[in-house]
Amino acid sequence: MRAADAIVKALEMEGIEVVFGIPGGAIIEVYDALYDSGIQHITTRHEQGATHAADGYARASGKVGVAFVTSGPGATNTVTGIATAYMDSSPIVVFTGQVPTSMIGNDAFQEADITGITMPVTKHNYLVTDAKDLLHTIKEAFYIASTGRPGPVLVDLPKDVTTADIDFNYPKRVSLPGYKPKLEGHPKQIARAAELIMKAERPVILAGGGVILSNASKELVELAETIPAFVVTTLMGKGSIPETHPLSLGFAGMHGTKYANYALSESDLIIAVGCRFSDRTTGNVAMFAPNAKIIHIDVDPAEIGKNVNVDVPIVGDAKKVLAKLKKAVEYKQRKEWEDRVNDWKRKYPLKYKKEGFKPQYVIERACEIMPDAIVTTEVGQNQMWAAQFFKVKYPRQFITSGGLGTMGFGFPAAMGAQVAFPEKTVIDIAGDGSFFMNIQELATCVNYEIPVKVLVLNNGYLGMVRQWQELFYKERYSATCIGCEKTGFEAIARGFGAIGITVEKPSEVDDALKEAKEIDAPVVIDFRVDYQANVFPMVPPGASLKEIIDEE
Amino acid sequence: MKHTIAVLVENKPGVLARVAGLFRRRGFNIESLTVGTTEKEDLSRMTIVVEGDDKVVEQVIKQLNKLIETIKVSEISESSVERELCLIRVHAPPEKRGEIVELTNIFRARIVDVSRNSFIIEVTGDEDKVSAFIDLMRQYGIKELARTGKVAMVRGNKK
Ligand SMILES: Cc1ncc(C[n+]2csc(CCOP(=O)(O)OP(=O)(O)O)c2C)c(N)n1
Ligand SMILES: [Mg+2]
Repeated sequence: MRAADAIVKALEMEGIEVVFGIPGGAIIEVYDALYDSGIQHITTRHEQGATHAADGYARASGKVGVAFVTSGPGATNTVTGIATAYMDSSPIVVFTGQVPTSMIGNDAFQEADITGITMPVTKHNYLVTDAKDLLHTIKEAFYIASTGRPGPVLVDLPKDVTTADIDFNYPKRVSLPGYKPKLEGHPKQIARAAELIMKAERPVILAGGGVILSNASKELVELAETIPAFVVTTLMGKGSIPETHPLSLGFAGMHGTKYANYALSESDLIIAVGCRFSDRTTGNVAMFAPNAKIIHIDVDPAEIGKNVNVDVPIVGDAKKVLAKLKKAVEYKQRKEWEDRVNDWKRKYPLKYKKEGFKPQYVIERACEIMPDAIVTTEVGQNQMWAAQFFKVKYPRQFITSGGLGTMGFGFPAAMGAQVAFPEKTVIDIAGDGSFFMNIQELATCVNYEIPVKVLVLNNGYLGMVRQWQELFYKERYSATCIGCEKTGFEAIARGFGAIGITVEKPSEVDDALKEAKEIDAPVVIDFRVDYQANVFPMVPPGASLKEIIDEE
Repeated sequence: MKHTIAVLVENKPGVLARVAGLFRRRGFNIESLTVGTTEKEDLSRMTIVVEGDDKVVEQVIKQLNKLIETIKVSEISESSVERELCLIRVHAPPEKRGEIVELTNIFRARIVDVSRNSFIIEVTGDEDKVSAFIDLMRQYGIKELARTGKVAMVRGNKK
């Protein structure tokens, strides 16, 4: 069998239904094989778009996302997408074409050392130099991407490897002596954790993206209710508990809720699950949760003890460990703590100044009008407002580039999520700056009738940077005014063949959102919001979570 | 503090780049690194000496373990045999030769090449011994020096 056909057949056996990508000379053979296959291919307008789309598909569905690109520039264009997936542990497999093995190293046309380039941003990568290694490599790639702590895997395919003639015997199992994720959690450690929980007076669960990756939301909520413990999430953990749940405190960190940050700061026991204590979540790490003992559950042993010192490390899969932990603990009333936290919740709700046309209002209304929509975000103020004001109800509903903070992620990721769930409403809460970074994918959405809704919070600025300049750089607005109020997003959308709507004032917001929701086509809404709005509350750089400040 | 770490890896192309890249990316300092074959043909063994406190070394070990091609990582503590090898081309005029030969014998080093004005001396031993010998040779004038990194092995159980 032609190796290219074997690749496509292997993907079918892996259950792959859709591939995002752009063809080219070095991968043309694989595309030729794809022509006869039932796998859907979405041709994007940029390889970055393809990788983010594969990533968005993976995050929304829990399945592995796949991208195909050609060698050289096709491959290098995927780097941001791969790094984004890596930082947020998203399972994608990227197949890159490569020049023939005989030409590797000679600076041949469109040669790029993509395995070298992506080594630090992939969970693992492969250069297949012999067609006989092809099938077990593909098997390994999918296995590695989707197990343990998930992550991107890249498979580089020299052209002569894809044209070779091979036997199709797709392995059932992988043989990876150096890769054996520990999933169960050590019983002794679980017992120790349970003991600490029973002793604790002010326990708080800190849930990260790992809870979502491991599909452990049910177990998380059950544990929280059993103890009972309030649940604070990280940005990536949003959706691990419904944010309408009485035990939910929203997300913590630089722009998190005050009560989440206070609860962590005052807690005597933090049960951290699938989170990596990033600086955006902990604030000044030296002053993080000074009175708390820490239980840390993570499938990646390297995360435990990396940023904070841990009292009880538990290496294992969140779903399994949480279920075991739940069985090991009992209900205990902690009235005083409960009252205190609920008091903070009442006293310090998220708020914003309502006069004028505020971006936060748009998100509040979107949350009301499309409560079950899958929400992706771009990066900047839009991302933080989305996190603050869109109350997430279920896991995988909220998709954002947390680790790398990639502007331009949200829109193609929304496209991927929409492909995974054609019946759902999928919205990208965007900034004007970010939307431009992958705006070309509007053409893809139109071409394949992918009805993503882009809510552009058009403030004419690289707003988050502007905010820092206002607060910390004496209002010296260097290079942040991008003048998008001069950009006609409505006309741009129309030019692409999508629907465009312009919204100038708050009274028009509801109608525009309702209209967009009903349209079965890609829609861009240009919300001309006040540029002065800032994201608050905020933990200033270098401060502890407790020192979170409000807008003056 | 210096720590010696033995890493057993699959003998595949790119493994050295992965390990080296990991150290660079995470800002770990490599003092020395050796790679070579082992008793099993498909495995290589790296001996890496890193500089850092216990927390750093814990991260080094965990991150090395995460590499798919890493089979085993172990820290080599005191009860181990450690060896380095060094070749030294030392200036050896006729009137100094006697002294140099004597020192070479004391250190159980070997003269492996003799020319009109110089010797090449091969010395093996643990780090301190090799360093001490090099220091002694300095007075005669070292013209060229090539020192390997360390290889190490934990001692067997004596009881
Ligand atoms: C690819 C990329 N380049 C630069 C940045 C730095 N950055 C962070 S937020 C931001 C501004 C984003 O502007 P916009 O999309 O309009 O969002 P706003 O903050 O105005 O809501 C920039 C430039 C980034 N995160 N990603
Ligand atoms: Mg903006």
